[in-house]
Amino acid sequence: MMADNEIHTADLDPILDRYARDPNALLQVLREVQELHGYIHPSAISYISVKLGIPRARIEGVAGFYSFLHLQPHGEYRVLFSDNITDRMQGSQALMEMMCQQLWLQPGRVSEDGLVSINTTSCTGMCDQGLAMLVNGRAITRLTHQRVQEIGHLIRNRTPLADWPADFFRVEDNIRRSGPLLDNTIAPGDVLHAALALGGKDIVEAVKNSGLRGRGGAGFPTGLKWEACRNAPGEAHHVVCNADEGEPGTFKDRVLLTRQADLVFEGMTLCALAVGAQHGYLYLRGEYRYLLEPLQAILQRRRDNTLLGKNILGQPGFDFDIAIHMGAGAYICGEESALIESLEGKRGVPRSRPPFPVTHGYLQQPTAVDNVETFCSAALAIQMGAENYRAIGTAKSSGSKLISVSGDCPRPGIYEYPFGVSVHEVLQDCGAVNTRAVQVSGPSGMCIAESEFDRKLGFEDLPTAGAFMVFDDSRDLFEVARNFVHFFAHESCGFCTPCRVGTSMLKQTMDKIAAGHGTQYDLSEIEHLDQVLQTSSHCGLGRTACNPVLHTLKRFRPAYENRLKSLDFEPAFDLDGALARARQMTGRDDAGAHLKPEDA
Amino acid sequence: MSDTFQLDGASVPFEPGQTVMQAALAAGHYIPHLCYHPEFKPHGSCKLCTVKVGGRTAASCTMPAEVGLNVESNIEEMNGLRRTLVQMLFAEGNHFCPSCEKSGNCMLQALGYDLEVHTAGFRHLYPDRPVDASHPDILLDFNRCILCELCVRASSEVDGKNVFALSGRGITKHLIVNAESGLLKDTDIALTDKAMQVCPVGVILPKRVGFSVPIGKRRYDQRPISAQALDDAPRQADASGSCAACEGTP
Repeated sequence: MMADNEIHTADLDPILDRYARDPNALLQVLREVQELHGYIHPSAISYISVKLGIPRARIEGVAGFYSFLHLQPHGEYRVLFSDNITDRMQGSQALMEMMCQQLWLQPGRVSEDGLVSINTTSCTGMCDQGLAMLVNGRAITRLTHQRVQEIGHLIRNRTPLADWPADFFRVEDNIRRSGPLLDNTIAPGDVLHAALALGGKDIVEAVKNSGLRGRGGAGFPTGLKWEACRNAPGEAHHVVCNADEGEPGTFKDRVLLTRQADLVFEGMTLCALAVGAQHGYLYLRGEYRYLLEPLQAILQRRRDNTLLGKNILGQPGFDFDIAIHMGAGAYICGEESALIESLEGKRGVPRSRPPFPVTHGYLQQPTAVDNVETFCSAALAIQMGAENYRAIGTAKSSGSKLISVSGDCPRPGIYEYPFGVSVHEVLQDCGAVNTRAVQVSGPSGMCIAESEFDRKLGFEDLPTAGAFMVFDDSRDLFEVARNFVHFFAHESCGFCTPCRVGTSMLKQTMDKIAAGHGTQYDLSEIEHLDQVLQTSSHCGLGRTACNPVLHTLKRFRPAYENRLKSLDFEPAFDLDGALARARQMTGRDDAGAHLKPEDA
Repeated sequence: MSDTFQLDGASVPFEPGQTVMQAALAAGHYIPHLCYHPEFKPHGSCKLCTVKVGGRTAASCTMPAEVGLNVESNIEEMNGLRRTLVQMLFAEGNHFCPSCEKSGNCMLQALGYDLEVHTAGFRHLYPDRPVDASHPDILLDFNRCILCELCVRASSEVDGKNVFALSGRGITKHLIVNAESGLLKDTDIALTDKAMQVCPVGVILPKRVGFSVPIGKRRYDQRPISAQALDDAPRQADASGSCAACEGTP
């Protein structure tokens, strides 16, 4: 680890040079400095400020925004336990506590010797891999009591991460059910040959006719988006692939990028041809750092095979290349305008809209931003033909959908279904029994109860970005909602008042109920907060932050009411507890040093 | 004749490119706001200016004015929302009006009075925000910051200095200054900067001039903030050279 005064700014030059000293690459530079030094030293910020011509306060502001960037030393080994509800259900909290004891430290604090810090992080997209953690940004899966102890020993012995057993870092694909997308036999270049025969305008028409809608959750018709981008005037059009798969419980893009990376890039290149773009970006979430080198190798192979670069497939003027941009721990960057801000090296704050990215996106130029699965599906639709693609799924939801199944079931993993599959069928296929509830499409989606399991996944009924978390009858849905509320408070970008403060107030209220101080008053407060967040939040994060509570309150009200006191109002603080510090200082613990129950 | 939209039953003229807030203020109609300032590009973060348009809600400062819009602002539903947002801002920071030099000139306090905010409504967060008294002439009291970014914008866009920026995320978002030491004394801020004049609350204060106007005789002690819409209107004259907004200014 770097001591305070021994940062060699010369170390930074190769990084800055690799990004051609481009101010838009600030986040990439900071991420690499973080990997090099373990944190971002004040003098490094000053140096970058001079070299990139960005005010240092603005750089500090960017570094302070992303969870994986640190402005203070954070230990040689930075351990982050994945903290989705599905992790908690498998005992992640106990494992973390054990590791803290083993290494003699408190969560969130750096050990006295500066060796290690341990904390939690939002869902790492490994919900089908058993328990997971990140160590210095690298995912480690299938954590057990024993594995965590081994990791503790490796850290104590200062074993370099590169020398840790490779098996720790193994990530399985867990494909449980495949369909037209995962079974495709498309060879690299096949789709582009078909696309070149069509030409830009007809590609847009074909994608429109395929009925393809965005797979990231919002479900906007892909063909219309590409058409709007194609028709928007601009100096340079851009294609952006949203691989910032941050919705807790979702991991399908991880599998697509592992198994179908060529199809992803083929879809992006197809889009470039349709909208007239020369530059593409894959925004890869920081948690999937381990995919960076393999993906770069595939990009290079495609360049070598004239599937990327100048004159693609020998077609004069068909120029397109793709750069990978790494995220650094911010769920909000999955929102397309925040993602674009992040691509430009800024804090990931959603923009005011209009204008929309299709006309004013990356560098204010027309930009088509689509999800990983959307690009794959578009490529598949072109290959199959629009009519054939449209024949899969339902009237308003054509094609197939990858579902990320996790939680209480013996077979978690990836399931590909035609749209229109019922919740019941998915539950049967993954072997779930005694299911009490399913969280469809993650915390911002829907929590449904047993009586609704005949509902169908699709834009007509239950739209989904792919998460499918199963909770059996041993689970407490209040704790599920509370975990999601903490998630939203942690991930709020803080731009607008209602979301910045409201998500914290909601968290406070849920914690108050959990601590046994909740009353009817608090339930009505939640409804009031929901009103405020719904009507005045800047983006979807704030507008959906109350959903987990409202959905579970509606269906599982006893889970809340069992915790309530019967009073109309109960203060959130414990009067007697407030005297604990005074008791400790005076060394008293007799009856006179406590409030009488009726006073408290 | 210019185009118009309806605001609480009144007809409001607007120029192309104006937002609902800009047109309303120019016509002398007040819509509560904190992060909006007539001399800067609308920001849309405080959400105090949220209005109802055709059943949907939107921040009026960033919403483009359009012919025929039916905008509802001064209705209980919107004022109730604003009351909660003001309560949130009070609970988020550390606001002690009786001892604050900005009392009477503070937009947050004035809005609190105007919207009849009687309690904080929420449990206070009591954040730990040490003051920065390092600069010989200027005090920074972060306890009162409502994160409107006006000083950030003024320093960057008008002063050309970038003295201020925001760091952190969510509820830990906070104002920082442009110095490796993190202290204001090591920045190039000056008393004459625009950034010194735009804070709607009491974060950025010149030293040794406190209470030169006694409490009770300050701007919002005289008239409620809602009665001072014209004072805050954009000052640009229109094409004919007249400035309707300037005429109401005391």
